[in-house]
Formats: sequence, C-alpha cells, structure tokens
Amino acid sequence: MPSELAEGVVAGNRRALARAISHVEADNAKGRELLADLYARTGRAQTIGITGSAGAGKSTLVGALAREERKRGRTVGIIAVDPSSPFSHGAILGDRIRMQDLTSDGGVFMRSMASRGNLGGLAEMASGVVDLMDAAGFDVVLVETVGAGQDEVEVATATQSTVLVANPGGGDDVQSMKAGLMEIAQIMVVNKADLAGADTAVMQLRGLLAIAAPRAWTPPILKAIARTGEGVPELVDAIDKHQAHVRSDEHAEAERHGLVESQILSLVRAALYREALGAARAEGSIETLVDEVVLRTRDPRSAATTLIDALRSRWMTR
Amino acid sequence: MTTDQRTLRVLIAKPGLDGHDRGAKVVARALRDAGMEVIYTGIRQTPEMIAEAALQEDVDVVGLSILSGAHLEIFPRVIAELKKRSVDDVTLFCGGIIPAADIPAVKEMGFQAVFGPGTDTNDIIAFLRENATERA
Repeated sequence: MPSELAEGVVAGNRRALARAISHVEADNAKGRELLADLYARTGRAQTIGITGSAGAGKSTLVGALAREERKRGRTVGIIAVDPSSPFSHGAILGDRIRMQDLTSDGGVFMRSMASRGNLGGLAEMASGVVDLMDAAGFDVVLVETVGAGQDEVEVATATQSTVLVANPGGGDDVQSMKAGLMEIAQIMVVNKADLAGADTAVMQLRGLLAIAAPRAWTPPILKAIARTGEGVPELVDAIDKHQAHVRSDEHAEAERHGLVESQILSLVRAALYREALGAARAEGSIETLVDEVVLRTRDPRSAATTLIDALRSRWMTR
Repeated sequence: MTTDQRTLRVLIAKPGLDGHDRGAKVVARALRDAGMEVIYTGIRQTPEMIAEAALQEDVDVVGLSILSGAHLEIFPRVIAELKKRSVDDVTLFCGGIIPAADIPAVKEMGFQAVFGPGTDTNDIIAFLRENATERA
C-alpha cells in the first residue's frame, strides 16, 4: 500500500516531491520505502547527466538545456550536485543563480544537492532522486555534477545519457579526462565555443575518441555557447538520438543490463562499506590496530584483513 | 557538532531591487562553515521565486536580506507566496537595514529574528540551531 507521500509524488504534488527527496537524501526508512513503492513507475523519463570540470559552464548549460526542452513541450526535473565542505560538512548551493527564470516555470522542478561526502553514497542518493522525479512524471531529468573523482563518475550510472562539458584552451583538462570521464560520456560538447581554441578542443576530443575501443555508440562532439543558447538545440537533438539508441538498439539492451548491474553493485558496496565501518568503529578494535601500524609492529594490509575477519565472524554468528 | 545531527537546509535570498549582497554572502558562508547546507539564490528575487525555491529545495529555514527599505511591502508578499504553496513550517529570519521601529511589524509577520548590521554570525547560527523546527 503506497504511502500518502508516494501518491502525492505520482500525482505531481510539488511539495510532496520536495519532501520525498529529503527523505531519500537522508537515506532514512521512509526514503527507502518510497523508492520501493515508486520504482515500478520509473523508466519513462529521459535521464541525462551533465558533467565536466569546475567552471566549464555546466550550470549555464543545464539552464539552456532546460529552456530548450521546455520549448519542445517537455517538463524538466533538475538535480544540481555541489560538493560539501570536507571540514564542516556544510555547503553553499548556488546553481539556482544561473537558472533564475526557470524557478517560476511550473514545468520545471529544480533541486540542489550537497554531495555530503558520504562514503561513495552520492550516486546512490542521486539515482534515488532521479527515480523520484521520473515517477513524478517529468519528461526529462537533468543531473549536474562536478566531474572530478570517482563519485562523480559513478553518478553517471544514475543516468542513461552522459554529456561531458569541455572548454577551449583546456588541453590539459582534456588530457586528464581521458582516464574516467571520457569512457562514460556518450555526448561531448565544447562549451564557450566563442573563445579561441574551440576547434582545437574538438580536434583533441576527436583524437582521443579515435584511439578508444570502438563501441556501438560513437559519441558525437558538438560545440555550444550555453550563455547565448547557441548550439543547444543541436545538443538536445544529439541527446534525443542517444536516448533512442538506449531504448531500442540490441546493443543497448546489454548496456542497460550492465548499467542496472553496476547500479545494484554500487548500492551493495555503499551499504557494506557503511556497515563494515560502523562495525569496525563499534568494536573499538580499530584504535588498537592503528596504534600497532603506527609503531610498525603490524602492516596496514594485515590490519585490514584482521578487521574483515572480525566482521566475517560477526556475520557468521548472526 | 555530531554527524548524526540533522543537516539544516537554509535558503538565503535577496528580495527587492538593491544589489548589495555582501551581507547575505557573509551569512551564507558562516552557515556553511557551521555545517549547514545553504541554497543561495542571488539578488533581485521576486516573492514568487523565493517561495518556489523554498518549496523545491524543502528548506528548514528561509533568511531574507534587504537593504532597499521595501521590507514592509515585500516581506508580506513573500509570506503570502509561501502560504499559497503550503510551505508553513519553515523558520523565518531576516537581516539588512531594518529600522528598529519596523521590527515589531516584521516579527508580527512571522519573522522570528531580525539581524541588523554588526551582528555576530555566531548569534545567527545559535538562533537557527535552537529554533529550526523539527520535522516529521
């Protein structure tokens, strides 16, 4: 029996959706129940991740994308993830500043999220919020993340299409993207294309793609000026094309299973990690081990093994 | 601060037409450093935009900063827009240039605290920790 809150989300009640997101974000029992109740209603929305380094113009591009989607008559949910301070755990979430005009559009719902630096649980949290917006009936869900680090790469698994935002003159940036982000991007866009070096950046990306293993989907490389909206209709066209690929192609079927599998595994990992850490701390055994490693009477790897063994025996006796 | 303490979400917004957002930014930063999540929406916000942001972001607290002198006109409109959206359980506070003579009227509207120039940000943090409403 779905809760009143779940029904509110499905009915398109914005306040219910806002509250539901808070529960999912807090990863509490109510949030998990909501997601279980609503999952059957998901799968309809186009889910799109926007990633790239800080200052690449992601927020501006997300705003421009949302405007273009609205022109095409689609409703849009936006999730903007910003980093939490590793020291205070607080955050300043300023992405709304670049999307002012969208705030009063009833066909748009935007939510800012702090990464909360939580044990690799960012992807877990974001995919839950994507599901809520999907269940709430939004045609398109845009997820904006800072493209740095493992967490953000994982966030890409929460969406079907990932757009990588690069800039002219960012030669070194492009190089550093090789490692993780290049592989997960299905669409690449050189933003701020009115600046010098845009064509060079496109060529660099093309060069990197040329040496990548051939795939069923070859990422298109586009140019855009998010500030003016130039190139944005073409970007939406490219996204639509990828969405069609994701939804129909035989290859995509295998990819879809792969995506769901990695999503489940990342949930398992986050949950296990939390549990293991909690258990290690609760037993108090970690302090002793730390002392021993500091004194070099034990090495860090055997300390980890000891903790894992302790955890295993806990589970056995359960 | 313990980690299991609920993370307060605070909307800091500037209604009206003045463009001086230094105070708002100082407060936003202090609240972040106190472990809160601050949604900062920038200057020249309409009452409708502020209320809609408060709803979508599901904040616990809304803080308004105004220096234009239009608080007696704009604040009631913000409150009306919040009510219209059934956002009725947020803690409200404000700051900026609000003459002492207007403070009773502002409090009457529902603002629980008014922080003028020279306020110690620790006082704002303490106020929010104490007064932000518990949620179901």
